[in-house]
This record gives sequence, C-alpha cells and structure tokens, in this order.
Amino acid sequence: MIAEIGHFALILAFAVAIFQMIVPMIGATKGWSGWIDSARPAAIAQFGLIAVSFAALTVAFVTSDFSLKLVYENSHTAKPLIYKISGVWGNHEGSMLLWVLILALFGAAAAVFDANLPPSLRARVLSVQGAIGVAFLAFILFTSNPFWRLENAPFNGRDLNPLLQDPGLAFHPPFLYLGYVGLSMAFSFAVAALIEGRVDAAWARWVRPWTLAAWVFLTIGIALGSWWAYYELGWGGFWFWDPVENASFMPWLIAAALLHSAIVVEKREVLKSWTILLAIMAFAFSLIGTFIVRSGIITSVHSFASDPERGVFILAILGVFVGGALVLYTIRATSMQAKGVFAPVSREGGLVLNNILLAVSCFVVFIGTVWPLIAEMLWDRKLSVGPPFFEKAFTPFMIVTAIVLPLGAIIPWKRGQLRRVAAPLRGALLFAAAIMALVFAISTGHSALAVIGAGLGAWLIAGSVVDLWLRTGNSGWSRLRRLPRADWGKAVSHGGLGVTFIGVSLLMAWQVEDIRVAQVGQGFDVAGYHITLEDVQERPGPNYDATVATMRVDKDGRQVALLHPEKRVYTVQGMPTTEAAIQNGFFRDIYLVIGDPQQGGGWAVRSYIKPFANWIWLGCALMALGGMISLSDRRYRVAAGARQPAPLAQPAE
Amino acid sequence: MRYLLLCLMLLAGPALAVQPDEVLSDPALEARARDISKILRCPVCQGETIDESNAPISRDLRLYLRERLVAGDSDDQAVDAVVDRFGEYVLFEPRAKGINWLLYLAGPLMALLGVVIGWQFIRSRAIAEQPAAQQAETLTDDEKARLDRIMRD
Repeated sequence: MIAEIGHFALILAFAVAIFQMIVPMIGATKGWSGWIDSARPAAIAQFGLIAVSFAALTVAFVTSDFSLKLVYENSHTAKPLIYKISGVWGNHEGSMLLWVLILALFGAAAAVFDANLPPSLRARVLSVQGAIGVAFLAFILFTSNPFWRLENAPFNGRDLNPLLQDPGLAFHPPFLYLGYVGLSMAFSFAVAALIEGRVDAAWARWVRPWTLAAWVFLTIGIALGSWWAYYELGWGGFWFWDPVENASFMPWLIAAALLHSAIVVEKREVLKSWTILLAIMAFAFSLIGTFIVRSGIITSVHSFASDPERGVFILAILGVFVGGALVLYTIRATSMQAKGVFAPVSREGGLVLNNILLAVSCFVVFIGTVWPLIAEMLWDRKLSVGPPFFEKAFTPFMIVTAIVLPLGAIIPWKRGQLRRVAAPLRGALLFAAAIMALVFAISTGHSALAVIGAGLGAWLIAGSVVDLWLRTGNSGWSRLRRLPRADWGKAVSHGGLGVTFIGVSLLMAWQVEDIRVAQVGQGFDVAGYHITLEDVQERPGPNYDATVATMRVDKDGRQVALLHPEKRVYTVQGMPTTEAAIQNGFFRDIYLVIGDPQQGGGWAVRSYIKPFANWIWLGCALMALGGMISLSDRRYRVAAGARQPAPLAQPAE
Repeated sequence: MRYLLLCLMLLAGPALAVQPDEVLSDPALEARARDISKILRCPVCQGETIDESNAPISRDLRLYLRERLVAGDSDDQAVDAVVDRFGEYVLFEPRAKGINWLLYLAGPLMALLGVVIGWQFIRSRAIAEQPAAQQAETLTDDEKARLDRIMRD
C-alpha cells in the first residue's frame, strides 16, 4: 500500500513538473503575473510529492518489504539499519529517485529563498528546472521504476553489495548527486538568461552561490569516494582514473572554472558569454557522467547495444537539453557584450588563464575517458586508457595551475605589474624552496615527483597566507578578523589545494610496501617499523563471517599501534571483502591487510607505510570548507537588498 | 568506482593482489615487475591493473611477466610479449603510434588553442573603449539603483 502511494506521488510529481515546465514560461513571455507566480507553488509541490515517493521507498527498505522487486534485489533482513537506508540509493532505480529528489529540492530552494530574483527570471529558471525534472521523472517512470512489485514475495532478499555496506560509501552518492544536480541550477540560470537576453553583475551574483554549493558538494562527494577506496579496496589506492571517477571529476573541474569566471562577470561584466557556456557545459558533464555510469557504454560498446534502453533515454535527455541550450547560446551569445576593460596582466587576465587551464584539463580527462569508445567505434580497436596516460597528460596542467595561482590571486583588477605582485610573494617562494630542499634531502630516491609536488603545495599554502595578509593592508590581526568571508574562503580553498598537492605527491613518492607470508608470533621489519602477527581468529559479524588478525606495530622498541585487519565473507552474496586496519597519523598511516592462510602455514600479509596520506583528504576538506565560508559571505545573504534575511547559502542541507 | 565493485564482486577469490609466492627473490627484478604490472590491465576486470587485481588471469599475467623478466627480457620486450598474447587492450597506456598520436596531442593542442583565443580576447579587452553610453541604455534607473545597492554590499 505504502509503495503504491509512493508510486502515485511520483506520477503526480511528473504531472506537476510538466505544469511547472510550461505555464511559468508562457507567463514570463506574455507577462501574465498569475502564470508567472505559479512557478513557486509548483516547484514546492513537486518537491513535496517526490519526497513522499522517496519516503515510501525508504519505508519499504527499512521494513524489508520483499514484495518490491527492488528491495528483494538489494536488501536483506539481517542488514544493519543504516545500510537498509543507504540501500535505497545503492542501486540504479533508487539512486535515480534520489537524483530527482535533489533536483526538486534545488528547485524548491530557489522558489523559497531567491526572493530577490525578478519574478520573470525566477519563473524561467524554475521552468527550465521543471523541464529537467520532467525528463528524469519520465526516465524513472518509463525505464527504471523502483516500485515494481513481485507476484510472490520471497522470504528474504539478495542483500546489498557488501562493498557498499560501509559508512564512507553510504554517504558518497548523496553528496555527489547534490553536486551533479546542483549544477542544474547554474544551467537553468544560464538558459533563463539566454531567453531573457541579458547577463549582468546581478545575474552572476545569483548564479554563483548555487555553483559554489554544487562545487562544495562535489568536492565532499569525490573525497568520500576516494577515501572509501583507500581503506576498503585493500591496497590503499586513492584515485584510479576509472571512467566512473572521471565522470565526477569533469563536472568538478568545470564547476571550479565557472566559480572563477562568475567572479569576473560579477565584478567586471566581462566573460559573460563564456560563463554562460561554462554553466551549460558543467551540467552537460554531469549528464555525460550520468550517461557513462548508467549506460555501461564504457565497459563496451557491445554491452551498451545489448540493453540500450536506459542509455538511449539519457542520451536523448543530454541531446535535448545540452543541444537546445547550445543552439540558444549561438543565437543569443552575441547580444552579451563585455563591458569592462582590462590589461593582459591583471586579475581578469589571471582568471582567464585559470579558466583555460581548468577547461583544458577537463578536456584531457574527457578525451582519455572516451578514447577507447572512439577507437572501438571508428577503427574497431579495443584499447585501454588508464592511470599512466592521465598522470602524464593531466599533471602538467595542474603544475602550471599551481605555479600561477598565488600570483593570479593577488594581482590587482584591471591592470597590474608582475614585479609588484611578485614582491610580497618572495617569502612564499623562499618557503617553497626550503620545503623542496628539505624533501630532496629526505628522499632516498630523490624523486622529482616528491620535490616538485611538495614545493608547489608549500607555494600554494604560503601564497594563501600572503594573500590574506595583503588583504589586511598590513594593519594586522584586528583587520584580519573583519575581512569579508569570501576572502577567507578563497585563502582556505587555495591552501587546501596545496595540502592535497603535498599529500598526493609525497604519498605516491614515499610509500613503502611489504608483501610476505607471516607466521603467527613472527615479526618483520618495514621501513623502520617492527610488525608482529600476534593472533588470527574467526569471528562472526551480523551478516558476514570475519577472519580477524591482531598485529602489533613497534618502533624503537615501543608499541605504536595494535591493529586488527579483517577479511570478511558476506554470507548472502558469498563475497569476500578486505577491511584494512589503518593507524592514521598526521605524517604517515600504517596500513595493514590480512590475506589468505598459506599452504605451508602462516598468512599472507601486506603492510604499507603511507606518508602524508591524510593530507589528501584534509586538503579536500579545506577546499570544501573554503567554499562554505565563501557561501556564508554577507553579500550573498543580503543579495540585492533583501528584506528578509534569506539564508541563500543553505538551500541544500 | 562501480565497475571496480562489479569486478570484485564477480571474482570472489583470494583477497590479495600480488601473492607472496609470486614475489621474485631478486628485489631489482621484482621492482621492475611491479612497475610494469602497474601499466597492464586486468583483461576481465573493469579498470584494474594486474597489480591490483584479484582475478586468476591477472595472476597468470603477473607470473608470465616475471617469467619473461627472469628469462632476461628488457621491460619493453616483456611488455611486447604480454601484448602479443593478450592484445593491446591490456596496455593501460596506449602506444603513441598511428591514430593514438591524436590522443596524446589533443591536450597540448587544445591548450594552445585556448591560449591563442584567450590572448586575442584579452587583447581585444585591453584596447576596447568603455561603452559607457550603452550601459545607460540597457539599465533602467531603478535597476541601476538596485545594482548599486548590490555592489555596495
């Protein structure tokens, strides 16, 4: 019964979305205020209905209603409650429902909070948002309905993929979707502006918080996924350049470019048409990501052709929305004239360079991701493009970005002089050089990666400090506390990027690995640590059987850690997973994995010392934090002289 | 990421990639084998190298690769031997030959194009006249007052 209510609410939401797509748009064209105003209640109603539908599906999962096909296929009574809930989006149908829920949430947030938007612009934005809703609700209802019943309800379910039964992965998809879908707001604003034929500073100010929020969520989502891979997959990798990962990384890069170009539109009224294009492309890459993940096309063109229904549907959505927006763009882009004038060496110039670098690095990721597809379709060659290619092709752009970032961040608007800008950064340069020398001295192999990466990271961090200090106008701490939040956000984010640089490069350069057969009671040395396998026991869990090892780690005769790596076999799916035991440290992680018992006695054991691993995610957290600080800036809260203190910054929480 | 999951799911087997019994006694040779393993793709998984993969075929590949190295192959010869057997699909870094040049040049070419277009745009901005008259045309007084208010905040 509850499932039927959910199904019915979803169909109603589809009808409301069609209304929201058509009526406000006509109203805005004709100037009929009643029709224009209908956008707000429609957006809120659509969200309410989808929320009911989502709640119904959640109830079905929590109560283990196996008469629903989806619940039967992805749940089990013995599963802990949190994974029954996360199981709602741990599958195709449910995750698409979460997708439209968030889409409608953003629409409703725009309806409620953006009280300062001119009514006709708001009507058009919500209408475009409604159109996206129509497309995806149709996708769910016609190809991926989560509410199908089974004729005979089975006694128990098939359980959720054990790798998904993990706190890191439980919250990874919702954050990613908040990011992907958040970019739909930037897209809707862009299309609405193209229809209205005007883009100005105020438009940029409205669109920026949405982009910033989406970017923050994407950052968190990607970091969670990477962190999960690090501790769950058993060898401590953090990024694999897998097509599905790239699918989330491309919108992140474009969103980062959009954030920066929107600043130029806001402050200087140039880069307007480029910003519109970026807003369209950011959402286009979100859709491409959805297409790549959902269609299975990257696996093989043939596996796609064997079950093309869903893939073709998403491809059609992609074609209609992105194609339509680009056509509109070519018609209207010329009407957006740049106003500001600036010299090549200026903040504007720096931000143009930032945009080129981010857009080109996104292009590199894109071409590498689709190259196997192109090669198979055009030349019938089956080839692979993986980490070695991306590391070579992508890294140079990141290096250039890191070199120029601190300069671009402090150069004045309109016209600047490189020599003057460089002067206050001398300290930062010196600091970076010292770090490079230190790293060079410590590394045994004198790896260039470690030296360059750590130097660039130090340069970015010190550059952010200099940036903040310059903003105070040398008047010290008291001024520092009163700086606009946007300045703090910028410095924290840029510093965070530096921290991630250090983490990635030092981890990759300095990691130590040891693979061996260890006897119980026997110790061995890895990079200055003495590791002893003390005990191995069988221990049952709620829905798995575990082999748990006890391993002691000593350094200089003193115990550093007592760790318990596990090997689990999930009984329902008969699938093994490794649960690495990690002792997190600020400068290094100790990462232990227990493997299979060996024929001659003893256990296969993998030990890693992973220097600076935590810095990767610490940097991501700082980037996201910087975004949030920026979002809380006063000028977004009081945007356009709002009468009510609308918390524009928290629409999606 | 999902594909990784799928792969791991399909291949219920030993929980470690490189097994202790595979490791060569000569550390230099083993280090070379590990490095090469990191550019070879597991033929049945999605997006895993044979170094990370738990699939039995990856184990075969790792052992074959080590065999070649022990037999005295250079790195390139060993990779060639594996590619001859399993096809260019197992090569995670496509050879920069023939049409694949396009893949390697796409990034630099795009960067060049971006810089040229960006530079032209910047130049055009540097010499542009401030279209002040136009600004007055497109904004009403009301809007201008509002914009001022926004910009002041």
